[in-house]
Amino acid sequence: MIDEGLRWMDDRLGISKGGRSFLDKIFPDHWSFLLGEIALYSFVVLVATGIFLTLYFVPSAQQIVYHGAYAPLRGTKVSEAYASTLNISFGVRSGLVIRQMHHWAADVFLGAIAVHMIRIFFTGAYRKPRELNWIVGVTLLTLGIVNGFLGYSLPDDLISGTGLRIAYSIILSIPLVGSYLAFFLFGGAFPGNGSIIPRMFILHVLILPVIIGGLIAAHLGLLVRQKHTQFPGKGRTEDNVVGSPMFPTFMAKTTGFLFMVTGVLWALGGLVQINPIWQFGPYVPYKISYAVQPDWYMGWLDGALRIMPSWEFTGFGHTIPLEIFLPAVLFPGLTFGLFYAWPFIEAKLTHDRAVHHLLDRPRDRPKRTAIGAAALAFYFVLFCASSTDVLANFFQVSLNIVLWSFRFLVFIVPIVAGLVTYRICLDMAGVPGIGKRKRALVVVRSAEGEYETIPSEPRPGDEHEELPPMPVPVAIEGEDDSEELETAGAGEGIRRVPRRP
Amino acid sequence: MSDGATDATGGTGATGGTGATEVGVPAYPVASFDDPHLLPLAKNPRRAEAVVAVFLVLGILGVAAYGALYWVGGQTQWEGVFLGGGLFCIGFGLSAWGKYLLPQGPFVEQRHPMASPEEDRKAMTSAIVDRGGIVVKRRGFLGGLLGAGMGIFGVVAAFPLIRSLGPVPGKTLDRTNWRAGSRLVDFTGRPVSVHDLEVGGALTVFPEGYLDSEQDQAMDQTMLIRAGSADIVTRPGRETWGPEGYLAFSKVCTHAGCPVGLYEEQTQQLLCPCHQSLFDVLDGAVPVFGPAPRPLPQLPLVVDADGWLRAQSGYDQPVGPGFWERS
Repeated sequence: MIDEGLRWMDDRLGISKGGRSFLDKIFPDHWSFLLGEIALYSFVVLVATGIFLTLYFVPSAQQIVYHGAYAPLRGTKVSEAYASTLNISFGVRSGLVIRQMHHWAADVFLGAIAVHMIRIFFTGAYRKPRELNWIVGVTLLTLGIVNGFLGYSLPDDLISGTGLRIAYSIILSIPLVGSYLAFFLFGGAFPGNGSIIPRMFILHVLILPVIIGGLIAAHLGLLVRQKHTQFPGKGRTEDNVVGSPMFPTFMAKTTGFLFMVTGVLWALGGLVQINPIWQFGPYVPYKISYAVQPDWYMGWLDGALRIMPSWEFTGFGHTIPLEIFLPAVLFPGLTFGLFYAWPFIEAKLTHDRAVHHLLDRPRDRPKRTAIGAAALAFYFVLFCASSTDVLANFFQVSLNIVLWSFRFLVFIVPIVAGLVTYRICLDMAGVPGIGKRKRALVVVRSAEGEYETIPSEPRPGDEHEELPPMPVPVAIEGEDDSEELETAGAGEGIRRVPRRP
Repeated sequence: MSDGATDATGGTGATGGTGATEVGVPAYPVASFDDPHLLPLAKNPRRAEAVVAVFLVLGILGVAAYGALYWVGGQTQWEGVFLGGGLFCIGFGLSAWGKYLLPQGPFVEQRHPMASPEEDRKAMTSAIVDRGGIVVKRRGFLGGLLGAGMGIFGVVAAFPLIRSLGPVPGKTLDRTNWRAGSRLVDFTGRPVSVHDLEVGGALTVFPEGYLDSEQDQAMDQTMLIRAGSADIVTRPGRETWGPEGYLAFSKVCTHAGCPVGLYEEQTQQLLCPCHQSLFDVLDGAVPVFGPAPRPLPQLPLVVDADGWLRAQSGYDQPVGPGFWERS
């Protein structure tokens, strides 16, 4: 059956040679290579749950009186967007799970992208020939953040509406064109003529997802074309890839992983409340809530806005609100600009123009690792700074102290983190066998009272010695005796042919 | 020719499939059936199989339980447990199957350099440069026309794509609906009288007649506070702006435009919850802390003959965050 089908296809498309080499394609195994897969599968979940949500969500700012299932808000004037989001949460079976799952998936998607990018950075996987894929990845991160913010703003609740108000002010702060841009986007002065919600909707559900989907396809296409990087190890060189074949091993593992990611996201959607918009209430321009933090991926920008000194520039009949423009426009612009340029900056500094398929151990590249650690620390401090009010309440200190601490910490912590990381890398480089699993040494006293040290018993997994890699066999030779093969525990998924004489 | 060859192979395959396959075999790597690469990673495959089976069964039960729960009406948390747990178990079983029961390998594949041979590169470059160069050299005039057409199209396309999106700002951002004589009303439209607030009280007010539009609310929203008149620092030119201890400030934060909604009576300060800018109510709402660059604009008030609070005039400056055209 399958044979016939494949022949039918091959007669018409000639798929056998390419198809088989695709099935034999080798994927190196390492836990850190799963991080990108988490992002990929979160995106799958985002699309699936997102389609469900569009069946019920009404992207309209039209004000109506709420008469739905959520009793405390009945009789309130709300927008159709808000009312339909309440309906998804309370009126549609499994709607709340799927809505919360969508929100969780967005947070996990961007989290996985960030951690994946950190892995790529510290192992130097962006070096030649993979600069293009790094650029695609940075674009995915940027678009993911933008689309996350758009989706977060759609329900038109008090908190997301306030976020949108801030976004409007940020656009307004751009010199020369700011007010025009803001008026065009919102259809007038904030909150505009009601067109911002449908506009965000079409961006959020069609335009950006299509671009993101296309870029993900390009990301994977480049990965297939250039083959995956691998860590150095037994039999691994710059000229080969060692790991599991696409079919069936990698396919089984990664499909299982898709189900695991989906399961975790679904469980989060059911068990862990996120964005309970009925508690925030509908957006009203003159209302505001307290202790409001944006979704985590916007935290660094919010933190930068909070700790920026009030440096408005006025002169020549114009105003440049630097206290907004610098942290919320220029700073993210520089950040992503630096991300894009990093592979080329590093190549320029190290004069390393060689092709690399073997990954670096972070400790072997102390300078890069130190820079990465400092950058991580910098963004982490900014992220924490988006909670100045919460921290001040929690530690019972004045906001003033918290704010000024952050204004210093944002410079001090990265420097310290960078220097400490650099030192640790150098120290690790000098220790032989570091990173390998060590046997504990046990001190034993003999009957005569003599002491000696012996290595402890091997721990599970210590004995496992990896075999030298071999090419994927197309067939297995052996007696055509399935019984025997079973008892030998031969692997599945490979066709058995009789041993040739 | 190649079609014929394919047909011929297909024909042979139909009559003697195994023979054709065996001829093809040596071209590809072959492993002996007892090759350790093909053994599963699990030391005890039977046990691993049992574990996978248990997870798959758990997965089936979880997914089925979700289906049943949906049928009887659903419950958010249990839905999460059943379907989330079920999918996770199926996934875990499948992954474990892949890791522990399939051939452990490792297998290897050769990389091939991305770079093409130098000859091909040169051919590619010359195809573009030489062929393209000829076109441009011979028909420079046409090329210029084409470029001009494209350029004009690019500019013109921006009209419907961008310009139609919204109105130009004009003076919109400079003005609110507050006029001389505007009566202060609360969010229900009720006028505010001089007796309405105790000392220390605060209320969000709007100019009468401008409550219906969110755009108006966003610009006009004003914080009315009754402060003890003795403590008020009166700035020159504002002596009459705060009758009976009533002070009115724009509620739009001068930093990022959030409503400056938290009035702290004890310290007489207004706090913007978005980025923690703090304004001193008694001293003309100057920012005393945080990123806000300017005081909140003050609305001059007057009490009319009937005791209603009215605006003496509109704001003397644009409200809210800074922008390029603000002078």
